[in-house]
Amino acid sequence: MGNAHSAHAGHDDHHGAPSSIWARWVTTTNHKDIGTMYLVFAGAMFLIGGLMAMVIRAELFKPGLQFVDPAFFNSMTTVHALAMIFGGMMPAWTGLANWMIPMQVGAPDMALPRLNNFSFWILPFAWLILVATLFMPGGAPAGGWTLYPPLVLQGGDSLPMAIFAVHLMGASSIMGAINVIVTIMNMRAPGMTLLRMPLFCWTWLITAYLLILVMPVLAGAVTMLLTDHFFGTSFFNAAGGGDPVMFQHIFWFFGHPEVYILILPSFGVVSEILPTFSRKPLFGYESMVYATASIGFLSFIVWAHHMFTTGMPLAGELFFMLTTMLIAVPTGVKVFNWSATMWKGSISFEPPMLWAVSFLFMFTIGGFSGLMLAIAPADFQYHDTYFVVAHFHYVLVPGALFAIIGAVYYWLPKWSGHMYNMSLAKWHFWLSTIFVNVLFFPQHFLGLAGMPRRIPDYSTQFADWNMVSSIGAFGFALSQVLFLVLIWKTVKGGAKATDQVWEGARGLEWNLPSPAPYHTWEKAPAEAAIIQASPTGH
Amino acid sequence: MLRKPGSLSAVAAFVAALAAPAAHAEWGLNMTRGVTQISRDVYSLHMTIFWWCVAIAVFVFGWMVVSLVKFRKSKGAIPDTAMVHSTKAEIIWTVIPVVILVILAVPSARTLIQIDDSSKTQLSIKVTGFQWKWQYDYLDKGVSYFSTLKRDSDAARQMNSGIDVNGVDNYLLDVDNPLVVPVGTKVRVLITAQDVIHAWWVPAFAVKKDAIPGFVNEAWFEVDADKTGTYRGQCTELCGRDHGFMPIVVKAVSKEDFEAWLKAKQDEQKQASLPAPATAG
Repeated sequence: MGNAHSAHAGHDDHHGAPSSIWARWVTTTNHKDIGTMYLVFAGAMFLIGGLMAMVIRAELFKPGLQFVDPAFFNSMTTVHALAMIFGGMMPAWTGLANWMIPMQVGAPDMALPRLNNFSFWILPFAWLILVATLFMPGGAPAGGWTLYPPLVLQGGDSLPMAIFAVHLMGASSIMGAINVIVTIMNMRAPGMTLLRMPLFCWTWLITAYLLILVMPVLAGAVTMLLTDHFFGTSFFNAAGGGDPVMFQHIFWFFGHPEVYILILPSFGVVSEILPTFSRKPLFGYESMVYATASIGFLSFIVWAHHMFTTGMPLAGELFFMLTTMLIAVPTGVKVFNWSATMWKGSISFEPPMLWAVSFLFMFTIGGFSGLMLAIAPADFQYHDTYFVVAHFHYVLVPGALFAIIGAVYYWLPKWSGHMYNMSLAKWHFWLSTIFVNVLFFPQHFLGLAGMPRRIPDYSTQFADWNMVSSIGAFGFALSQVLFLVLIWKTVKGGAKATDQVWEGARGLEWNLPSPAPYHTWEKAPAEAAIIQASPTGH
Repeated sequence: MLRKPGSLSAVAAFVAALAAPAAHAEWGLNMTRGVTQISRDVYSLHMTIFWWCVAIAVFVFGWMVVSLVKFRKSKGAIPDTAMVHSTKAEIIWTVIPVVILVILAVPSARTLIQIDDSSKTQLSIKVTGFQWKWQYDYLDKGVSYFSTLKRDSDAARQMNSGIDVNGVDNYLLDVDNPLVVPVGTKVRVLITAQDVIHAWWVPAFAVKKDAIPGFVNEAWFEVDADKTGTYRGQCTELCGRDHGFMPIVVKAVSKEDFEAWLKAKQDEQKQASLPAPATAG
């Protein structure tokens, strides 16, 4: 994705990209190169996490144990989740933020470039540590990504390694979030008021605050696990006066905002793509900002809906049920605004639009199952079954991941300077969309029929849908090969992209040449250009 | 087995092969209605929310599909770029969802309050989760025993066991000693665990509660008087390597049969606890 040949004419790149690999990629402070590295890293982690998902689905292809020991299966579900969330999604969003936020707010770079370099380079080491636990005696962590004690404390040598890795990833996320906040607050070009920012900047700003508020909570929770295990404390040990459920409260106080950390930037991306290909400004721009902020706020007061079966008092169950149901209101506002954006537009279906529309339908399906899960009495039946697995995969895969892929299709011509192969892109889209539904839709049925999650083997009554789901999984994974081929080919060459790239696109990034030069907005854009490029046009 | 002419047995095998998937795999789609009043309430709540979601989906997806079909550039659609805001629309699509949520919240809260009311129970059983089995204690009755995955399932589930799991009755869902309860009786279960967190779930009763070491959770169920039978569930909180292999089986029997079973079990356990004649200690 990097523009290695950045000797781009017509722009004052008297200091272009350094030619040595060391200076270009290791000690770099350039937001575009760091963004590229984040995205490549995220891609690698999606691959690793995806391979683990394939192990899971292969074992679940039919009843009986065929391939892996149940303990290893548990490691797979645990590390798959950690890899996808902390290795794939979050770095992918940070990579997109790095690339796009300075270009969108008219800033020459991120506010804290060295911190930016540091926050990226922590990640490969954090993941080296975590992946290394797979080869340790006792195996990788196998207590689920939620790390519930006392089970996680049975984990053996991998426990301190995993906790250290989580600390590193948390530190990296906090640094990335600080950078986004400082960039948006201090580095906007004169005239770029907050309400002239693209929605991607807005959703990322709110995401960054969520990150800063909750990552330390996770760090605290895992540190308490560490002291319980090695230093004789009893935070979560009932025999010593502690409470294992307290861990769940602390974890989900982090964990629920965390799921919004994964999804809010998707809302931003979709809010950019839909207006572009509807050739009509985003409907209800301000209400989109307020809805995002309300979702951010609500995310802090709903955490115990993950814990309805832990035996909370009735008042607690009622409170968390009602607040959780409330989330449907701002989320509904968003879906309605997106629909109204397309209404009376002039719609065309270039690849980014296909992914955004598909996001709209399938994220809404995930929202419906979310509403069902909010109903506490019904949750007693759904909890910890495949219904939950279907729910969160619908919001995370055809939700967040589709938005990430859509964002790549949207901005790749700007990054690389080349248009991609449209028919390859459409094949990738249709295969992914069909297989992702074959993969996850039957999991609703499995959950309702009574199949618990996180089991390596199941009763024969669940055999049919599991086989369908596994076929979907293999198909979905193979479809992603097309994406890799497409990216590779586009970076290497292809038809020259125009600066505007997409006819209806608004935003400062489209005022820059394609590929975006190594340094952009060294001279801030004019206010008139900012107003013209703003989502509302004023 | 009786010896049959070759062609007939081939036909029989073919029919059996066709019938086998139907017998074991059901392409199940939906939640069970269950056999208690609470489980039926939960089921109807589930269906109510589901149909509301379907209705909303028809509206929202319909709106989107109409836009996608009608306002296509290739059909010469001209964008209405002035349509960017409407306070009226914003108020409508904030208020209507709130109203729908209130309509859903009322029956949900009512059912939740009913589930919480564990007063006037007639029988109490302590359920303790272990890695990886359950222990049932009939409080004040002097009956206590473990309930473990049945041996045929346990043999078949070993890696490359060579046993066809389709040939095992109730594969992974059968135990040596099921929990036995009387129908038409409000039974309280006190749920805890010995080592790590487990969860005790019987879908037909709509009861799922975490079993937490050091803490006792309470749940209850009352099986309809005419619904004697065997009801199956599984541990639903990841509890280590054999989390998938600690099923729950509840046999609901008539009150008379329950008394008889309890009596027999009490005698059996009394017998077992008598000081044994001198043996190796």
